[in-house]
Amino acid sequence: MKVIEVTNLIKIYNESEVKVNALNGIDLGIEEGEFTAIVGPSGSGKTTFLNMLGGLDMPTAGEIRVGGTDICGLSSSQLIDFRLRNIGFVFQAYNLIPVLTAIENVEFIMQLQGTPKQERETRAKELLHQVGLGDRMNSRPAKLSGGQQQRVAVARALASKPKFVLADEPTANLDSKSTENLLDMMEELNRKEQVTFIFSTHDQRVVHKARRVITLEDGLVISDERK
Amino acid sequence: MNTDLKLAWRNIWRNKRRTLITMASIFFGVLLNTFMTSMQEGTYSKMIDNVVGFYSGYIQQHHPEYWENKTIDNTFQPNDSLYRIIRRIPTVTAIVPRLESFTLMSFGNNTKGAALIGIDPEKENRMTRLSHWIEKGTYLQPGDNGILLAKNLAKNLSIQVGDTLVMISQGYHGASAAALFPVRGILKFPAPTMNNLGGYIDLNAAQEFFSVPERLTSLVFMVDDYGNVSQTRQQLQRELGSAYQLMTWDEMDPVTKNMIDADRSGAYISKGILYLLVGFGIFGTVIMMIAERRKEMGIMVAIGMQKSRLAKILFYETTLIGLVGVFTGFAISYPLILYLVYHPIPITGEAAEAYEQFGFEAVMYFSSQWFVFARQVLIVFLLTLTVYLYPLVKIYRMKLTKALHA
Ligand SMILES: Nc1ncnc2c1ncn2[C@@H]1O[C@H](COP(=O)(O)OP(=O)(O)OP(=O)(O)O)[C@@H](O)[C@H]1O
Ligand SMILES: [Mg+2]
Repeated sequence: MKVIEVTNLIKIYNESEVKVNALNGIDLGIEEGEFTAIVGPSGSGKTTFLNMLGGLDMPTAGEIRVGGTDICGLSSSQLIDFRLRNIGFVFQAYNLIPVLTAIENVEFIMQLQGTPKQERETRAKELLHQVGLGDRMNSRPAKLSGGQQQRVAVARALASKPKFVLADEPTANLDSKSTENLLDMMEELNRKEQVTFIFSTHDQRVVHKARRVITLEDGLVISDERK
Repeated sequence: MNTDLKLAWRNIWRNKRRTLITMASIFFGVLLNTFMTSMQEGTYSKMIDNVVGFYSGYIQQHHPEYWENKTIDNTFQPNDSLYRIIRRIPTVTAIVPRLESFTLMSFGNNTKGAALIGIDPEKENRMTRLSHWIEKGTYLQPGDNGILLAKNLAKNLSIQVGDTLVMISQGYHGASAAALFPVRGILKFPAPTMNNLGGYIDLNAAQEFFSVPERLTSLVFMVDDYGNVSQTRQQLQRELGSAYQLMTWDEMDPVTKNMIDADRSGAYISKGILYLLVGFGIFGTVIMMIAERRKEMGIMVAIGMQKSRLAKILFYETTLIGLVGVFTGFAISYPLILYLVYHPIPITGEAAEAYEQFGFEAVMYFSSQWFVFARQVLIVFLLTLTVYLYPLVKIYRMKLTKALHA
């Protein structure tokens, strides 16, 4: 079943005097349970594309359907709610709320969803154990390494039981060891729990872990390979 | 604890020093402004007390033409039904009769124009505590045929207790009035202007002197609370109709009232500037708080927090800073001011002389009325609300992709 369906997606930035054609007509579908990497040279439109998929920005033309819903038709407050219930996010760095501990960060999103306290706690603990941070649950982000912070971010992204997780260069700020650990962990979650991951990267070592690799150039898909 | 409050509380302590400095500026602003307001109000109510308690009362009832033309002809004769009507008004706590007019007083070669006030010695004393100010001699007995003189008047006449004063005036409908009054006592008032004023004799003696048996120029009323004055006057006017004129203390003494009003407006400006500075301090802090957290706020909205909820958290942060400042200010200023209310500060030296020249007691009084404190809380709250507009606008204008990039 398709989680995401993108048709003729176009994004033109025209805030400044020069218009930038960031996406030039992308057609794409993402299946449930995929582990997909978006690659391409700098400026090829990876971030722009992921922002569109996540409902963080609006396309100039085209359609994005998530689980059947045309997200471009939602009001901005409906869109926030849609993100909360359907999409998990992992950003490049400084993902977490600094004044909350690891477990509070994971619980936070469930709290936004209105999950009862007991359930929140159980699930947050379980997830933190899963990402290998069972012993750092009560640390604030500043006390965690970059790799550990990204793991908490992944745990938080999963806590809301989203349809898919978007990660724009989640390993860009990590050393190679942490990069490998994070990717292995994501891969395991994907395999065991059927979590759909879509992530962008520059890093070849990360790319080869993906089971589908979509390459962008000048805002167009130039190749789409499955392993 | 409520999560939003918890977040807000932790957020304000992210930069401890900055938050403490901001709170301290609010604290000092509140302390200073409370102190100033308390001193002002203390002084004003002392001034009003002087006018009201020493002489005019809160409300006076006169013949409709008396105030325009203060002659003995514009007097009225109270009767039992009048007293009955007045006594039914619960806010009136005292009714004091007077008959006042202008006379010439002379002793030896000295003659002075002065006010003569016929009083009921007991009732008058209960309201104005007149006997308190006897410096020499004794207070009037009921039915007394003697006179009490204000200190400066007695000095100008070179008259002593035991001497006999000659008094001349015009009585009812042009009748001539002349009589002798032995001096029973000399009065020294704390409000210096009162010391020039005049002489006090028994009400009956005054009525006889002016040939107006049973007539009065004024009934003076005390009211249970300053705040009830205008309402009581309205009620009196309704009950008594147009046969009498009713005046409140500030109508009878507009000078004091104007002085208070002028002083108040001056103080508003200086207090306003102080709070403006405090407000800018809070504003600066809030600007920095927002600037530092752009990305973090972007992430919160990205993962699914409604902007209204984020706005709520920032509201808590801004008001928490304000409230901590205001309540520490309150906690320190309240006992301090209570102490000063019971231990007013005496003024000494040249400043004291200046005070007395203007007719004031040389003492700094303070007020602990609730609004002195409540006003500061309200102002700081309004200040923080105004400052809060900034984060509010910032949140609703936030562009997600830009904020995430910050
Ligand atoms: N807010 C914006 N306003 C104008 N142009 C933009 C904006 N964001 C991105 N662009 C432009 O759109 C194009 C695609 O940018 P995008 O950030 O999507 O590329 P990317 O593949 O993520 O690059 P990188 O690998 O460097 O992160 C680029 O030419 C970029 O300069
Ligand atoms: Mg990018």
